[in-house]
Amino acid sequence: MSEKTGSVLVVGGGIGGVQTALDLAESGFKVYLTERKPSIGGVMAQLDKTFPTNDCSMCILSPKLVEAARHPMITMMTLTEVMSIEGEAPNFTVTLKKHPRYVREDRCVGCGLCAEKCPSKVSSEYEVGMMQRKAIFVPYAQAVPMKYSIDASNCLWLTKQRCGNCKKVCPADAIDYEQKEVIEKVHVGSVVLAPGFEPFDPTVKREYGYGEFKNVVTSLEFERILSATGPYQGHVVRPTDHKTPKKVAFIQCVGSRDEKVGNPYCSSVCCMYALKQAIIAKEHTAGFEPHIFFMDIRAFGKEFEDYRARAENEYGIKLYRGTRVASVDEDPESKNLTLRYSVGSDVSEQEFDLVILSVGLEPTKSAKEISDRLGVQLNPYGFCQTTVYNPLETNRPGIYVTGAFSSPKDIPTTVAEASGAAAKAGKHVFENRISIDDVVKETVETDVKGQEARIGVFVCDCGINIAATVNVPSVVEYVKTLPNVVFAEENKYTCSADSQELIKKKIKEHSLNRVVVASCTPRTHEALFQSTIKEAGLNQFLFEMANIRDQCSWIHMHEPEKATQKAKDLVRMAVAKSRFLEPLSKSRLGVTHSAIVVGGGLAGMTAALDMAAQDFNVDLVERSDKLGGLALNLMTPEGGISPSKYIADLIEKVKADDHITIRLNSTIADVAGFVGNYKVKVKTPEGEKEIETGAIVVATGGQEYKPKEYMYGVEKNVVTQNELEDKLANGRFDSKKVVMIQCVGSRNKDVPYCSRVCCSKALKNAIEIKKKHPKTEVYVYHKDIRSYGFRELLYKEAGELGVKFIRFPEDKDPVLSKDGAVLKLVAHDQILGEDILVKPDLVVLSTGTRPNPDNEELAKMVKVPLSKDGYFLEAHMKLRPVDFATNGVYLCGLAHWPKFMDETIAQASGAAARAMTIISKEFLETQGIIAAVNEDVCDGCGVCEPVCEYRAITIVGSDSNDPSKLKAVVNEGLCMGCGTCVAACPSGALEQKGFKTSQILAQIDSALEGGAK
Amino acid sequence: MSSDQAVHAEPKAAESGEFEPKLIVFCCNWCSYAGADLAGVSRLQMPTNFRVIRTMCSARVDPEFVLRAFANGADGVLILGCHPADCHYIGGNYRTRRRIALLRVLLEQYGFNPDRLRLEWVSASEGQKFQKTIKEFNEVVKEMGPNPINDE
Repeated sequence: MSEKTGSVLVVGGGIGGVQTALDLAESGFKVYLTERKPSIGGVMAQLDKTFPTNDCSMCILSPKLVEAARHPMITMMTLTEVMSIEGEAPNFTVTLKKHPRYVREDRCVGCGLCAEKCPSKVSSEYEVGMMQRKAIFVPYAQAVPMKYSIDASNCLWLTKQRCGNCKKVCPADAIDYEQKEVIEKVHVGSVVLAPGFEPFDPTVKREYGYGEFKNVVTSLEFERILSATGPYQGHVVRPTDHKTPKKVAFIQCVGSRDEKVGNPYCSSVCCMYALKQAIIAKEHTAGFEPHIFFMDIRAFGKEFEDYRARAENEYGIKLYRGTRVASVDEDPESKNLTLRYSVGSDVSEQEFDLVILSVGLEPTKSAKEISDRLGVQLNPYGFCQTTVYNPLETNRPGIYVTGAFSSPKDIPTTVAEASGAAAKAGKHVFENRISIDDVVKETVETDVKGQEARIGVFVCDCGINIAATVNVPSVVEYVKTLPNVVFAEENKYTCSADSQELIKKKIKEHSLNRVVVASCTPRTHEALFQSTIKEAGLNQFLFEMANIRDQCSWIHMHEPEKATQKAKDLVRMAVAKSRFLEPLSKSRLGVTHSAIVVGGGLAGMTAALDMAAQDFNVDLVERSDKLGGLALNLMTPEGGISPSKYIADLIEKVKADDHITIRLNSTIADVAGFVGNYKVKVKTPEGEKEIETGAIVVATGGQEYKPKEYMYGVEKNVVTQNELEDKLANGRFDSKKVVMIQCVGSRNKDVPYCSRVCCSKALKNAIEIKKKHPKTEVYVYHKDIRSYGFRELLYKEAGELGVKFIRFPEDKDPVLSKDGAVLKLVAHDQILGEDILVKPDLVVLSTGTRPNPDNEELAKMVKVPLSKDGYFLEAHMKLRPVDFATNGVYLCGLAHWPKFMDETIAQASGAAARAMTIISKEFLETQGIIAAVNEDVCDGCGVCEPVCEYRAITIVGSDSNDPSKLKAVVNEGLCMGCGTCVAACPSGALEQKGFKTSQILAQIDSALEGGAK
Repeated sequence: MSSDQAVHAEPKAAESGEFEPKLIVFCCNWCSYAGADLAGVSRLQMPTNFRVIRTMCSARVDPEFVLRAFANGADGVLILGCHPADCHYIGGNYRTRRRIALLRVLLEQYGFNPDRLRLEWVSASEGQKFQKTIKEFNEVVKEMGPNPINDE
């Protein structure tokens, strides 16, 4: 096979693989998404909540899984493993092995009758062994695809030819015991590996008694305990007696930072998830008293330090810094557990009701296999080998990596990388983009004009999120009595894949022409249900939601009767509005196939090059007189190359690329237009220039904090880390005793956040000093050493080279003074509990990062928000880490948050990929809910025209014979659908589609009807 | 699924005969509705006697909507929008502010207590402010007693 392909293989269906698949699909590429398990979703599907926003994990993940499963450009292949990849990019031939499901996917409707009748009970992997499943099963209630599968080793028929219950009861005749392995070959241009990680199995840490003491659980088990769908329905109880534990210990670094088990690295996420679990459990459980035993608290991400502070100060969670737990013992009577731990040289003991082991992240079990089969190199710890400057590349060209396969990392980093990998994979196939029109045939829309409303209502239990407070069956019964409602029913999860099929079926069966879902918030789920009814042939706008969870069951938890009454009212209001709903059409708008990148540092240049590689033109706007940004000042080599050298090479690449127009000494003066069609005014030395562009990438960087502390600027032997790098690189270093002080301008009263990079940077430079000048003494004064991931190995190496680490308290900074020519540093050593004095000849300040002061101005122009710390605020901290709420504008680099170079590079590629989902499209569709003018009523008075912030309304002549006759006209591409003009119109000629006056009045009238009985 | 699986405190019995106002709350989609959702995600508890109507922008709230709610017996109407300068639609909330100020004057001229209509700013991150606003407004309206239209 040598013809060119527009296809990409994505291996692994966790959040990383799903994001890569969606970004590629939205950029016009065909995707094969393979997953070894029977369903996609990965570990994120097992989590209860996510930090630092405490979003419900399933609630934010589920819509993405459903979107991936239904995307016409994505072929999802579950129970499938990759056997080999032959050839070279862009001509890979992939051999896939599809394991038998023993259930025909084309027939199974996910009804679950088979599992009900299956006699074989097996421990559930999804519930980490705390619950049982049957031999025929779906991994979890909201699984995608919602197709059962048989676990052959536990099926009585497949092992002993006995039973056969499932085949007997299956109403769809979907059971097929004869299915065999199938080998399939696919032709792709590039590959992205996203096989994820494995939680550490703490059985080998015998001193903690896991497996032996039932009240010692892993963090993943505790995550299931917290979950409403878990073994105890979300009630925090301990395994032995199902009683609510009061005093609970979290032991950190189990299977991380531990050479004995072969994992010397830090797992990056455990500190934060322990804090999250402690907060969530405490919120839901009276008297819950969490104690967390840490070495260092690694709260380095965006708003993580605030989260840590809240956990400690608001929730009263007790943190034991600098401790390592030696052993756990069980009282055979009470089943309580005694922890022995050391703080400094003291050994203490405490008794707890429950112990949670914060287990680390290990390479996926399939890592070795993947490496052997695909020729992809692993690092010494079994993760995929990448480099600082190529964080998304494996050693094999055309094969990329994302997520925890390359290093332990959290969800937002994984998602940003996943988009980044899509940008990289796309460059091998960009010449073969496929138009969505070639793949999707427009569904024939049922004409509902003139029909009386036939409304179907689906009321969601949301597991127990709604059903524990609201009496859902009584809501359903009530809804059935409302006029025009011809069908109503209760669903466990209305958002799940099987429910989408059910909704479509009911639309057909009952000839529904309006659909109401009573569940969570339209902000997250409206789009999902709209596309479901669209697939059933209904116009997507014949849909309305009632928010009976976020705005009812969750805020009235102790008043079930009133909450039920309110739920009835809210559904009645939605039904009332739905009677007045009309089909709306979307029109198609052209797209400018180019982008503007604001900021010419590492992030901006990387994003520009990634888009240029796919043949898009990019304007790179840089405010200063040269490209390069902050990385120009970084001298100490990483991976053998100094950042400044890498940046110099990158600048040359950018200059040589014909697709990129570099605009130095230039700033953004104005931004008009909308997604796909922006008009950006750029102030250049040659005057103001208007550039048409489809997308905008914000990569404006950050600033290094200029210290006022520690006599900086006055005393020549007090320098910053960057100045030290310069000394080291240029042979101007000759100090004998160096003191490094961490958190200068970070984690203090004025700047409470952690700047993320300073610890590892100090370690890197301390090692550089020790290597070049072994006799020089180096002391690092710190609050915590936050060398997460493989950076932990720098910490280890520095210690081995003789660097001394002194932990000082959060509220007691070291004091530097000068006595004659001698510098004196006094600091309180938290471990020794006493003040110590050193006389350094060089003091190095690890200064933090600050947001750019001009962020605010740019934020206003592109209409995006800033975080409370002054960095740009993304659309969603977990799952939309490089998007803004404003479509067509993306974010990367230090403008988002302080971060390392590899992280910046991956994130910049991610922003480029997200921008390419817009600029690669032939057209975009307008929103349906825009303003419309009734020309028979409009007299052209012009009140609406100046009210519109988007200049979408113009007053024009309405009669060519009579110049005095005027009317308002709405530009559909510019109208954003706010409805401001509608409320201003004095004659009632303007309407907002989907929010018509008649529709809202129906809601008001219905709300005040007196209420359901 | 039945509600008896839930383990909750006994509902606090409403003091018998106490006046419970009917409140209509208009929320803009981007800030206030998201703030109300956040109150839910944060499990912030509040009185049940309000009903939210979502519009894309607070500026969609036509004075007619407010008058209709009062005419139908609402005891209080709350309009929630993005904070000044935070409007998703640039300046819609400024128009809302002017309109509501004018409407309050009008209500007063007709002998209707203008304090039954209130405008507040609640951002997407202010679940607590949403809770506080609902609680406070509920108390204020309780103090005022039922909408006099209900007596007629």
